[in-house]
Amino acid sequence: MTRSFGDTILATGTRVGLRVFTGVVLAYLVLPILVVVPLSFTSGQLLVFPLPGLSLQWYADFFSNPLWTVALRNSVAIGLTTTALATTIGTMAALGLHNAKFRMKPLVMALLVTPLAAPVVIVAVAMFYFFATLNLVGTYAGVILAHTILALPFVVVTVSATLQSYDPNMTRAGASLGGSPIYVFRTITLPIIAPGIASGALFAFVTSFDEIVIALFVASPQQRTLPRQIFSGVSESISPTIMAAAVILLAVSLALMGVMELLRRRSERLTGGINKQR
Amino acid sequence: MQASLEMMGETEIPKMGLRTLVRRAERRHFMTMLALMAPSVIFVALLFVIPILLFLFRSVDNAEIPTLLPKTAVALDTWRDGEIPGEPVFAALASDLHALKGSPDAALLGRRLNFAVPGYRRLITRTVTSLPGTQMASAKETLAAIDKSWLDPVYWRTLKSQSGRITDFYLLSALDLQRGAGGIEKVSGEQAIFMSLYGRTLYTAFGVTALCLLIGYPVAAVMAAARPAVANWLLSLVLIPFWTSLLVRTTAWVVLLQTEGLVNKVLLQLGVISEPLKLMFNTAGVFIAMVHVLLPYMILPVYSVMKGISPVHLRAAASLGANPATVFRTVYLPLTIPGVAAGCTLVFVLSLGFYVTPALVGGPGDQMIGYFIAYFTNSAVNWGLASALGVFLLLLIGVIYLALGKLVGFDKLKVR
Repeated sequence: MTRSFGDTILATGTRVGLRVFTGVVLAYLVLPILVVVPLSFTSGQLLVFPLPGLSLQWYADFFSNPLWTVALRNSVAIGLTTTALATTIGTMAALGLHNAKFRMKPLVMALLVTPLAAPVVIVAVAMFYFFATLNLVGTYAGVILAHTILALPFVVVTVSATLQSYDPNMTRAGASLGGSPIYVFRTITLPIIAPGIASGALFAFVTSFDEIVIALFVASPQQRTLPRQIFSGVSESISPTIMAAAVILLAVSLALMGVMELLRRRSERLTGGINKQR
Repeated sequence: MQASLEMMGETEIPKMGLRTLVRRAERRHFMTMLALMAPSVIFVALLFVIPILLFLFRSVDNAEIPTLLPKTAVALDTWRDGEIPGEPVFAALASDLHALKGSPDAALLGRRLNFAVPGYRRLITRTVTSLPGTQMASAKETLAAIDKSWLDPVYWRTLKSQSGRITDFYLLSALDLQRGAGGIEKVSGEQAIFMSLYGRTLYTAFGVTALCLLIGYPVAAVMAAARPAVANWLLSLVLIPFWTSLLVRTTAWVVLLQTEGLVNKVLLQLGVISEPLKLMFNTAGVFIAMVHVLLPYMILPVYSVMKGISPVHLRAAASLGANPATVFRTVYLPLTIPGVAAGCTLVFVLSLGFYVTPALVGGPGDQMIGYFIAYFTNSAVNWGLASALGVFLLLLIGVIYLALGKLVGFDKLKVR
């Protein structure tokens, strides 16, 4: 019964035409991304089809060249630290916003999500300017703090959305049975909203892991991240090793997208079936 | 209140007890919640709001000239434009410049003044190095002997107009305007680059939005009409590019669009074209890649609105004799407008701030405001101009957001 315009009244010819068009558009959306995968396995030096043969040499190059291994290590380290920081303070903020009643609440919420509304290039340049006065440019701390600003809104929004469907009677029940607020939070609230926090953390990690503009401005070559290394490679000379790096970035994003989908289903189960909970 | 409570005897407490206790508990609860919010609020205020404000202030900040030329700034107060200033002004400048001898500030001053009048840097450098250390009989004659430019009112006009703490120089420059002898005037042809930059940015954003709408609308309609299982699959296909790093997508397009790239190869094989098309480093490349990046931002909000439209309305219209085109125009299209407005706002605002994709796929003539903000920060080290461009970009986004943005949540805006 969710069928809409198409199936209801359109002639078959138009309907088929629309479906073909949709197929072409979806191919345009997905295929260009996948083109990096075969190219990363080429045995040749050039990024051309047909591939002269298959080889893992570019992955071997990726994992043996310190230019790339350091970049990968930096990306993971900066991503994980950003995630920990953003998830901790973002979850706290979401809990505070959800449980307090005050007039300025929409304003606080707006403040916490504005970093998403400003173009990243302005944020990056502004932070570069500000961090320069604090000697934070070209430091891990600088990159992590800047990434946390960009990642924080995702955590706040995701955890807030999860809290919307959290039944406050659970907390009251726990408290009435003598649990201290911290004990009740740890044993009741936290397990129930955990999928939401995990989604927020994933968003935070992907935001940092894929981020390029801050990495260009605030980081120095020492803190080069995977995206920064790919960017400088693409703007100078593009090589199959860049394809291998892009595939690794792509694989991480898609794996996290899969985990996110699983979390969403689990969260639906948990909050949709409160009565079944023990 | 605390005091009045204490003044009441202990016997009064039980009467007030419950209310006080509840109030106290509520206050404690509220304080706990505030403490939970505090780290994030302080974090964003300190590391986001303040940096942005400081950066935007650079567009009017003019500390350099009044700090480096304090006496000249005062002496020029009484100078009237159009004539060559008198001896006291020359003496003040000579004294100020002499103080800069051997200091890196001389170069700083030259660079700053060069933004306003090309050639000023050379004039300052030469004057500072050639200035005699001893007392001069006439500062005017000494300076004029070093460089005749000091007898040209243009250089003095620039000094005077730039000697305040606050300047409109950068904001005017970013609008292709300058202060001349007769007040604010347009800069000459070659230097006037910014109005066309805004034009190009708006044109690109508008074109990308229109293309996303034309392509995305029918796709969203097909998805909304599909069976749930199929719709879920289609949705995943839209979400894959949504989740993929912007850089990976842009890199893929660089590979595909180059002259020997796959797109040209396939088109040649199919006989559609006889020689490779130039698809990279031009407007075509920017549009192909930007539409690819932004299309999901159009499809998703339009799709979610379409999914909520009941087919009953459409059947009703059809059963009353309307042909499909009429049903679409009078029933379906109006119902989808909220989604269309949300998608268009999102795509338009996001495209305005684009930097990475045009930088890698576009040519020199395709760069948008974001590129020039980065350029004036990195290469030209002209913070004032970078900041002025930032002011206008944020203004543009603010206006569009205020006009249309009520339809879109802030949380859906992810700008790259």
